[in-house]
Amino acid sequence: MSSIGTGYDLSVTTFSPDGRVFQVEYATKAVDNSGTVVGIKCKDGIVLGVEKLVTSKMMLEGSNRRIHSVHRHSGLAVAGLAADGRQIVSRTKSEAASYEKVYGEAISVKELADRVASYVHLCTLYWWLRPFGCGVILGGYDRDGPQLYMIEPSGVSYKYFGAALGKGRQAAKTEIEKLKLSELTCREGIVEVAKIIYGVHDEAKDKAFELELSWICDESNRQHQKVPNELLEQAKAAAQAALEEMDAD
Amino acid sequence: MDGFAKSIGGGGPNVPAGSHPAGGSQAAAGGGATQRTQYPYVTGTSVIALKYKDGVIMACDTGASYGSTLRYKSVERIKAVGKHSIIGASGEYSDFQEILRYLDELTLSDHMWDDGNSLGPKEIHNYLTRVMYNRRNKFDPLWNSLVIGGVKKGPKGDEKYLGMVNMIGTHFEENHVATGFGNHLAIPILRAEWHEDMTFEEAVKLVEKCLLVLLYRDRSSINKFQIAKITTEGSTIYPPYSLKTYWGFTHFENPAQGAVGSW
Repeated sequence: MSSIGTGYDLSVTTFSPDGRVFQVEYATKAVDNSGTVVGIKCKDGIVLGVEKLVTSKMMLEGSNRRIHSVHRHSGLAVAGLAADGRQIVSRTKSEAASYEKVYGEAISVKELADRVASYVHLCTLYWWLRPFGCGVILGGYDRDGPQLYMIEPSGVSYKYFGAALGKGRQAAKTEIEKLKLSELTCREGIVEVAKIIYGVHDEAKDKAFELELSWICDESNRQHQKVPNELLEQAKAAAQAALEEMDAD
Repeated sequence: MDGFAKSIGGGGPNVPAGSHPAGGSQAAAGGGATQRTQYPYVTGTSVIALKYKDGVIMACDTGASYGSTLRYKSVERIKAVGKHSIIGASGEYSDFQEILRYLDELTLSDHMWDDGNSLGPKEIHNYLTRVMYNRRNKFDPLWNSLVIGGVKKGPKGDEKYLGMVNMIGTHFEENHVATGFGNHLAIPILRAEWHEDMTFEEAVKLVEKCLLVLLYRDRSSINKFQIAKITTEGSTIYPPYSLKTYWGFTHFENPAQGAVGSW
């Protein structure tokens, strides 16, 4: 799928003859090369998981968070350039806060996704800005129940049952499609997400990784938070067991 | 003192008291920075609080007056803030609502950090002191006396905290605190009868004694109270209830007995 733009790819404000904006496509490549990010919508909430590739043995566990709370009821998992992601997170937080300040109510997840998408899209319209090199999965729980949105560097945002970004997204999407999401609770969901991420992790190419899991569900009082430690350990153990089973075949 | 309207004359145009809009600052006609203080409109009366064995107990009535009218009778003047604190306010109720909004922003950003840290009562007290003092310096005060109480783990274990800050920015920390009329009627009782490590029952009894005196003697108090407590387990705001009062004094019977009348 990689075609050289030759001249039409120098600026984000230039279309190619076949109607593509190459700069945005190149931005998407940055996302495709990052660690896998997975989000699923379960019966009673959302589970977000990130395969956080550890680049140095000196890194402290739990640092470089890739999943951020953007409001009480929503979280954002970032794939791609981490610094770009922080900017999107910061903007999302302020959008959510200003909505609540004006309307006295928490922003709906749909509205928040729209605002993130607008912001990401904004940076694809001007020659003096470059597109964000990251895609985000926004999971939230509001009056209309749990919802999952994915926003790509082009600024498109769609609502999903399950979404994946990054290196292992194809494999992850296949695995997600196998799940019966409408019957899965979040407790079961975190185990499934852990299994998927452990499954798509490429041992050969990338050595170490840290699993980051978060959820918003009835159990967490509809608040976005890191999955509690015991559940996280259980999920990791189950995922590793499943992996060994697969290897044994 | 709370509830008393004050006007500080600035160098600006002479605005008659009645037509002064609520909400403070008003630039002078010449485009200068003249500002006037506000008048409080809907006010709550005293709040009293004291430290006891497990934490802090705070109490106040559920009334809000509109001048001399006891307009609102089911107002919650004590609210929980985060996991570790409760805040009670007397004075202008709308300013209290604004303060709660500021505190909500703080607790939200705390929550989003998701790093196990959270603001304790001392930090909230300090933050509010900054807010109140800075507003006073702009001649646009938040017309409240605030009581902040809470318990948080510190270097010496669970540390109880109780502090007060008022509209001019005066702030301090004490074992027992009161606002408004409570300063005159409740503090003497608290000074005499408070002691370290009271049980919850003892603390409630002491608080009710003070609330009763305030009910008898403060004309802007009503007979509907709320007690709140904060301990390491969290905050609890109890449902409102009333105290038994006694009006059977002989002098209250037939009050017009000695009065000279025209008929």
